[in-house]
Order: sequence, then structure tokens, then C-alpha cells
Amino acid sequence: MTLETTGATPSLTLTGIGHAYLGRTVLDAVDLSLAAGEVAALVGPSGCGKSTLAHIAAGVVEPSRGRVARRYRRHGMVFQDPRLLPWATARANIAYPLRLLGLPRRERRERAEEAARRVALDRADLDKYPIELSGGMRQRAAIARALAIDPDFVYFDEPFTALDVALKRRMQDLVIEAARGARFGALFITHDLMEAVRIAHRVVVMDAQGRGIAGTRAVPGEPGGRDDGTVYRLVAGFLSDDPLFRHIHDIDERRVP
Amino acid sequence: MTTGRAGAVLDRLGRVGQFLWSGWAGLAGLALFAALWQAGHERYGDFILPAPLATLAAGLTIAADPAAWELAGQTTLRAVEGFALAALAGAAGGLAAGYSPATMRLVRPILTVLLGVPPIAWIVLAMIWFGSTDGTIITTVLVAATPVVFVGVAEGAVTRDRGLDDMARAFGAGPLARLTTLGLRHVAAFLFPALTVALGSAFKVAVMAELLANTGGIGGALAAARSNLDVAEALAWVLIAVTGLIVVEYTLVHPIRSEFERWRDAARPWGVKR
Ligand SMILES: Nc1ncnc2c1ncn2[C@@H]1O[C@H](COP(=O)(O)OP(=O)(O)OP(=O)(O)O)[C@@H](O)[C@H]1O
Ligand SMILES: [Mg+2]
Repeated sequence: MTLETTGATPSLTLTGIGHAYLGRTVLDAVDLSLAAGEVAALVGPSGCGKSTLAHIAAGVVEPSRGRVARRYRRHGMVFQDPRLLPWATARANIAYPLRLLGLPRRERRERAEEAARRVALDRADLDKYPIELSGGMRQRAAIARALAIDPDFVYFDEPFTALDVALKRRMQDLVIEAARGARFGALFITHDLMEAVRIAHRVVVMDAQGRGIAGTRAVPGEPGGRDDGTVYRLVAGFLSDDPLFRHIHDIDERRVP
Repeated sequence: MTTGRAGAVLDRLGRVGQFLWSGWAGLAGLALFAALWQAGHERYGDFILPAPLATLAAGLTIAADPAAWELAGQTTLRAVEGFALAALAGAAGGLAAGYSPATMRLVRPILTVLLGVPPIAWIVLAMIWFGSTDGTIITTVLVAATPVVFVGVAEGAVTRDRGLDDMARAFGAGPLARLTTLGLRHVAAFLFPALTVALGSAFKVAVMAELLANTGGIGGALAAARSNLDVAEALAWVLIAVTGLIVVEYTLVHPIRSEFERWRDAARPWGVKR
């Protein structure tokens, strides 16, 4: 189960990543490696550089220092904000990466609708423009867009924050299902330890100042194999006994106890 | 939800209806203008301001004359040629400046100088360079209309959403794909208003340049009307120039623009929704 020790070639390896915005260092000497098919939850206080790290890993931002080695076929990405094209319908938005891949119109349409179905977006909503969708619908459209290209790795940057409890669970189950069926590995950024423990093989805690990875904890059991009681106990255990998690909520003003 | 082809047809019909409705409002505005004109005519008499109906009649007389059509065609051709060149130059320059800050810094002072020179000075210069030819008119139009397009396009390119650019990059879009699928689409929303303004000023500047350079066209006809002190004919020519402009604007520029702005309508509370 502990995938990082299976010795298979990692799907993603970050070595000595450092980054500075306008001379201000936000990341320094970050090393992280994900095994093939592994779902790793990345947690850390707000502003510590999680999104920046994901952007670097996905090739959106060039790191100032360090190397990124990607060994997966194709990745999808769900950004912290939906980033939909305002002038395109939800359907066209979901199909946008397929358009970049040069797929024919018909296939784009079919795959976009299939992806929309997976995230429980109503067909009727697919003809709407983002401005006509609710926040949660926009976020689901963004998730569908990442899934439509059939990725074998997905970057999730706090993807489920705008969803209600039931939908959030449903989306989490989607990730769990994918991880179990080895459909994709994922780097999953979240503020919610319950969510992290529920879906991930491993929880990675980032240093509060972005100075590397503070530590890593394998979560016992398999994603999807842990019931709510187990998840709750694991989180309580982490928060009360593990010094690694002592500071992750100190600086995070968004966390409601 | 209306489905499939029928829905699309209904949708389009709805937008045509909306468009006609806005034309109706425009007509009401024009009628008000005509009423004010008529009042002015009754106050100042025939010589200063002929009645709108008399002007219309003069206009129709001119319109019945094939030679007049030739003159109007001449002006239109010159204005459109200059406009097309200005649109190309302005759009290319604006894109370059919007995407490259260095180009922007280089071009901005040049633009300030160009905009600072009054159009009349350009006409004089162009007359010296090209004499009484089409070149004079087209050059003047080009110089007058390019900055408008340039500024609009550069503004569009600068205000593009970099978050969307990053999103596209995450999904493997190269610079060209990002330009064609995101950049140009965003710029289009700025390009069309700029083109409308540029087209209007192209016509006006073309007529003005023709009048001063005495190179025929509507401007030349206006010059002749002035020397004959024929106010009704002069106004009739103005009417014809304005009509041409309105026709081009409402059959070409507006429909294309509303096609690009559909998503904005969706946000309006009274927008036609599915
Ligand atoms: N484009 C940018 N320009 C300048 N500074 C930036 C930029 N993006 C992020 N930063 C800075 O980098 C630091 C890390 O930001 P980042 O978005 O990676 O944090 P995060 O861990 O994702 O936070 P959160 O959990 O709140 O999303 C922050 O201090 C932020 O101010
Ligand atoms: Mg973030």
C-alpha cells in the first residue's frame, strides 16, 4: 500500500524547487516525489506556496531553481478559481483542452458531456455561459474540464471549496474511485485534513514559509477503505499527537474550528 | 430548454427581433432630430437652413443621378481602402504593443506625436507628397484612423486575463494556440468598437480631404455646392454621406459585434435567456 516504497518509477519528481516573485522568495529547496498512481494531499497554512508549487509542477510557472520530472502521459489541472472562458458556454469550456488537442468537434462534444455527467452537471446547464452559473457549477465545470482529456495525473488546487457537503463527498468519491482504479494519480491541495485523510495515500505538509516539505505521513489503509469513524479518529490523532500538524492551522485564518 | 436546431433558430430570431427593436429606437431618435431641424428651418428661413423634407428631396434628386453614385462610390472606395489599411496596421501594431511591453514603450511617444498633429496638417503634407490623387486621401485616412484601432487593440491585449493564459498553458497550449484561442478572442471585444469609430472617422476625413485637395468624390461635390451657395445641395450631400455610414454600421459592424458579445447579454437581467 505505501506507494512511495514500491520502487516503481515516480510519476512526478520535484527536486530542489525554489521560486521568487519579484525578488521575494516564496519557495525554497522543495523536494517531492509521487509514485505512479499515488494520490498525495498537500496541506499547509495559507500563503505558504502550495499553489505556486502546483503551478511549477504543472509547467505553468517556470521555477527559479530546481528541476521537474514528469513521467505521466498527460495531466489535467483544477485551479483554485475556476478560470473559465467568459465568452464560451460551459460545454465549450469543458471541451477547451480537447480543442487544444485538435479533436474533431463531435468527439469534443461527446467527451465534454461525458465529463459533465461525471461531475453531476446538468445537461441543461451546459448551454449557459459561466456568468449564468452558480459558483459550485463553475467549479464543477472546471473539474469536468480537467477530467475531459482523460488525464493520468491531476493537479487539484482546493477544488471542492465552493461545493455543498453532499456534492463535496461525491467529488471526493470520484477522486477515490480514480485512484483505486489507477485511472490517475493526483497532487491534491486542500485545507481540510478530513478531506486529505479521506482521499489520499499520503499527507504532505508544507513548511509554513515554503522552505521545503516539513514532513510526510502515510495514511493507514487505502483511500475509499476508510469509513467516517476511521477518518475522524485519524485526523484527531494527527492533530493531537503529531507535532508535524501542530502549526498547520495556526496561521490559517480561513479555518473554522 | 429548447433543444437542437429549433432552439438555435429561435435564439437567432430572438436576436434579430431585438436588433430590429433597437433600430426602432434609433428611428425615434432620428425623428426627434428632424423635428429640431424643422424648427430651426422655420426660425431662420430657407437660405440658412433648408427644411429637412427639401433636403431629402434634393438628396433624392442627387441619388437619381448615376454620376452622383460614381462620386459617392469614389469616396467610399477611398475611405474603405484607408480604413482597411488602418485596421491592419493598427491591429498588428496594437497586438505587438499589447504583448510586448518594450514595443509599447517605444510606440507610445510616437503615437502621442501622431495624435498631436491636427488632421488638416496631414492633408497639407499628403497633398505635397501625392498631389491631387487617391494617395492623398488614403494617406490622410490611414493616419487618422490607425491610432484609434491601435489603442483599442493594445488595450485589449494588455487587459487579457493572464489566469486564462496560465490555464491554457497547464493544458499544453503553446504561444500560438494561446494567441488564437484566448488573446484574439479577448481583443475582438475591444477591436470592434475601435473599428466602428475608425470607420466613422475614415469617412469624415475622406470627405474633408477631398474637399481640401479638390479630388472629386463627395468632398468635391460639397466644394462645388459651396461655391454655388447651394445650401440644400450641400446638406443633401452630407445626408448621403451620413446615410452611407449608418448603412455600413448597422449592416456590418453591429451584427458582427453582437455575435461576439452574446455572453455579455446573458448577464443582463432582461437578456433573452434559454
Ligand atoms: N503572481 C504572484 N505575484 C507575486 N506574488 C505572488 C504571486 N502568486 C503568489 N504570490 C505570493 O506567493 C506566496 C505563496 O502563494 P500561493 O498562492 O502559492 O499560496 P498558497 O499556499 O496556495 O495559499 P492558499 O492556501 O491561500 O491558496 C504568497 O505570499 C503570495 O503572496
Ligand atoms: Mg493556493
